[in-house]
Amino acid sequence: MILLLLILIPLVGGLLSWIAASRSALWSRCIALGCLLINLVIVFQIWATKPAAGGKWLYQFKAAWVPHFGISLNLAMDGLSLLMLVLTFFLGALSVLISWKEINYRVGFFHFNLLFALTGITGVFLTMDLFLFYFFWEMMLIPMYFLIGIWGHANREYAANKFFIFTQAGGLLMLLAILALYFIHGANTGVYTYDYFALLHTPMQQETARWLMLGFLTAFLVKLPAVPFHTWLPDAHTEAPTAGSVVLAGLLLKTGAYGILRLVLPLFPEASLHFAPWIMLLGVLGIIYGGMLAYAQTDLKRLIAYTSVSHMGFVLVGAFSFNPLAYEGVVMQMIAHGISTGALFIIAGALYERIHTRNIQEMGGLWSKVPVMGSAAMIFVMGSLGLPGLGNFVAEFLILLGSWQANRWITVFAAIGLVVATAYSLRIMQKVFFGPSHGQHVLPDLNKRELVIIVALVMAILLLGLYPQPVLNTTQKTDYVVR
Amino acid sequence: MSFADFISLGPLITLFTAVVISMLLIAIKRNHRITYAFSLLAYLMALTAIIPAMLYIPHTVPPLLVVDEFSLFNTGLVLAAGFIILLLSYNYFEEREERKEEYYLLLPLATTGALVLVVSRHFMSLFLGLEILSISLYGLIAYLRARERSDEAGIKYLILAALSSAFLLFGMALVYAFTGHMDFPGIGAALRQAGYIPVTVLAGFGMMLIGIGFKLGIVPFHMWAPDIYEGAPLPVAAFIATISKGGMLVVLIRFYLDIHGNDYTMIWWMLAIIAVASMFVGNWLALMQQNIKRILAYSSIAHMGYILVAFLSGVQTGLEAISFYLVAYFITSIGAFGVLIVMSSSIQDAETLHDYSGMFWRYPWVATVFTAMLLSLAGIPLTAGFIGKFYIVMAGVNGHMWFLLFMLVINSVIGLYYYIRIIAMMFKTPATGEELTYIKPSLPVAGNITLMLLTLVLIGLGVYPTAMMQLIQQMMKIIV
Repeated sequence: MILLLLILIPLVGGLLSWIAASRSALWSRCIALGCLLINLVIVFQIWATKPAAGGKWLYQFKAAWVPHFGISLNLAMDGLSLLMLVLTFFLGALSVLISWKEINYRVGFFHFNLLFALTGITGVFLTMDLFLFYFFWEMMLIPMYFLIGIWGHANREYAANKFFIFTQAGGLLMLLAILALYFIHGANTGVYTYDYFALLHTPMQQETARWLMLGFLTAFLVKLPAVPFHTWLPDAHTEAPTAGSVVLAGLLLKTGAYGILRLVLPLFPEASLHFAPWIMLLGVLGIIYGGMLAYAQTDLKRLIAYTSVSHMGFVLVGAFSFNPLAYEGVVMQMIAHGISTGALFIIAGALYERIHTRNIQEMGGLWSKVPVMGSAAMIFVMGSLGLPGLGNFVAEFLILLGSWQANRWITVFAAIGLVVATAYSLRIMQKVFFGPSHGQHVLPDLNKRELVIIVALVMAILLLGLYPQPVLNTTQKTDYVVR
Repeated sequence: MSFADFISLGPLITLFTAVVISMLLIAIKRNHRITYAFSLLAYLMALTAIIPAMLYIPHTVPPLLVVDEFSLFNTGLVLAAGFIILLLSYNYFEEREERKEEYYLLLPLATTGALVLVVSRHFMSLFLGLEILSISLYGLIAYLRARERSDEAGIKYLILAALSSAFLLFGMALVYAFTGHMDFPGIGAALRQAGYIPVTVLAGFGMMLIGIGFKLGIVPFHMWAPDIYEGAPLPVAAFIATISKGGMLVVLIRFYLDIHGNDYTMIWWMLAIIAVASMFVGNWLALMQQNIKRILAYSSIAHMGYILVAFLSGVQTGLEAISFYLVAYFITSIGAFGVLIVMSSSIQDAETLHDYSGMFWRYPWVATVFTAMLLSLAGIPLTAGFIGKFYIVMAGVNGHMWFLLFMLVINSVIGLYYYIRIIAMMFKTPATGEELTYIKPSLPVAGNITLMLLTLVLIGLGVYPTAMMQLIQQMMKIIV
């Protein structure tokens, strides 16, 4: 029941927030923030109390929905979903906070879309029914489309359309694969169901399994994004409002990674093993190519967007090394990347609000004017390049450690990606905060609201880096991922 | 005619009688409101007449007609759609036309034609139904005589429909010449006995396909659609998009099942090629349009292509999928045209993309409805269209139509683009300082309430489709 509540609260909250906006924008913002904070408290509560009890599935909920097709409202939560939800509501609440001043028109509709997207994401992380998975998967696209298309920057419609069409195309292939799986399972066992647990043990020919796996994988690679499918990401990120970028980078990309861990690997273990070297190669390509492209950008948000491509490459490498260490690293990377990249986007957004440009050629020497922002940026840039003591280091270290056992050469090249990361990370700091000052900007440092956001993020990334044990414990408990 | 025949054909007879009575009413006194109210009543009574008819199913009126669960379901669908279109018509004609009463003769008459199609299983009744439908449509399409495109559309439809009827007749004659039967089961039996399709019959089928394809608006018989949609009064366009196509589709299904169409690869391939062509041509041309009526016309061509995919899957699920998709498509199309009706003023129809620019900020309610309808056409979750498309894909996977499914997926993505474009247009924020001239819509109350109900049904079916699915599954008993 509590799982249903986690989905319903943001949904109802979004509607309320939309209605309230006709009265006052402040109410709308408060309702949105309140709903997400309630959810955050709930998931923290679960995290604090439940892992001690052990066991694979913390909660389960099942109710009939379309029994005719064997579709049920089948929700379940394990450690992986729990961690993802903590991240979702944490970043969700921060997204409401950062749009407090940035979004000043159609406030109600904005919050409705934001919460609606978060509902879809929550649903994806919780559902154990493949039809429902697809349902939520598609459900988060529309509000995301509006977030980019209405509140975005100059080129917003192009970016929004591109995002929508890419993800929808991937999603439809996944739908075909889901349906094929459904019918194969039905033909073999006589039971037609979309239930994840039932479909896990579908006997089928390897040939078929490989095709189906590719169907799922395409959808997830597009969302992740892996290299040939990544072109929607920089556009979407660049044009989206700050909150949209944070949700995109922090959460939406994670649904792709989550899908790989939750669906591709467990459902098609042999097929995954068969394709693993190639997919790892894609991951490495993403790491290096994304990093190099990031280095070449002059638009700050675009730069950060490309670093996402690079970082998600590690997820791909780790996920297909079939190794518990790497899996822990992958989950860690999902969280750490969500926080560090989210934070970088917030800083980019804050800078844009002050100097109205995202071109790093026109920045420079900002440290002396905004030291607090500068030091915050320093922390996250260091996180991004994988400095020990911050969450990303733990994640990438674990992934490399794990993938070394799977494929040495791939690991070597992945490690080179760390060098590329250093280059572009330092370039951000150098171009933006150090060096000669170009403009005569008079700009205020972070205000209290922004300070709260940044401090929360800094705390989170430091905790992940210095004391990752709680996260790792929770990941280890979910041995369901590793078969 | 026995008592059972009488009750079974109740809906048809009720509506027919009502047309005669309303003709007398008009002869006595011209009054828009009374005629309108009477027509609404007639539709409601015809709908209620379905209930006693259910007692006698399955029932045949040999050799022409058949009343089974399938036909009753579609009768209900056609009548409900007609009722809703009628509800949306009042204001539209009140504002535009001096002599508006005859509209209420033609619309129920056209509906009756569709009802005959739904229950027919014989060439005679098929042709009769088709002609009742078409001839009423000539008048309906050209109803707003004062408009420039109206006559053109009416005459175009007249000529093309007459031509297609001629093809249909010739095709029927060829089939009859060889098989010696005009009833569908008889033809099926004769063909089965022969064990193959002789060239004459194949040619006959081909010619019949031209006639049927014209009514369905599938490629390559689709040329009329955009012009007629553009020139016809909006409620009539909604009628053509839904009832006229739906009725024809039901006959096609019955005919195809009765002659065991899936046994003959030639027929299957013919339809498969048409399906793929319809999807591509429809979607591709829709991309190019700036006029929303034309976009809807081309998109309906594509939708017929999607339906054909389910049709060709040759499994039980396919038939269920068609029925569900039709329901979703009826609701969505009428809803979309309803939005156009509500947004039009007495001077001009709101039809260009520009008319909808920034509409969300001016008329949030109507824009929300339109968004829901477009998302349903695109097949996005929380709408009936999503479940419908899902159902079709499911039928396709069940029948292993991988190639057709890939075509469907590609086309869904293409389709997405132009639906999204309209939505983006509505959510566009007008640039500051820019003074735009917008149509001042009439926003009739009845129209708004109808739209609200349609949206509720649309989302209801999208979130909880079980009840409708069960109904469809139960009524999928066709007398073969």
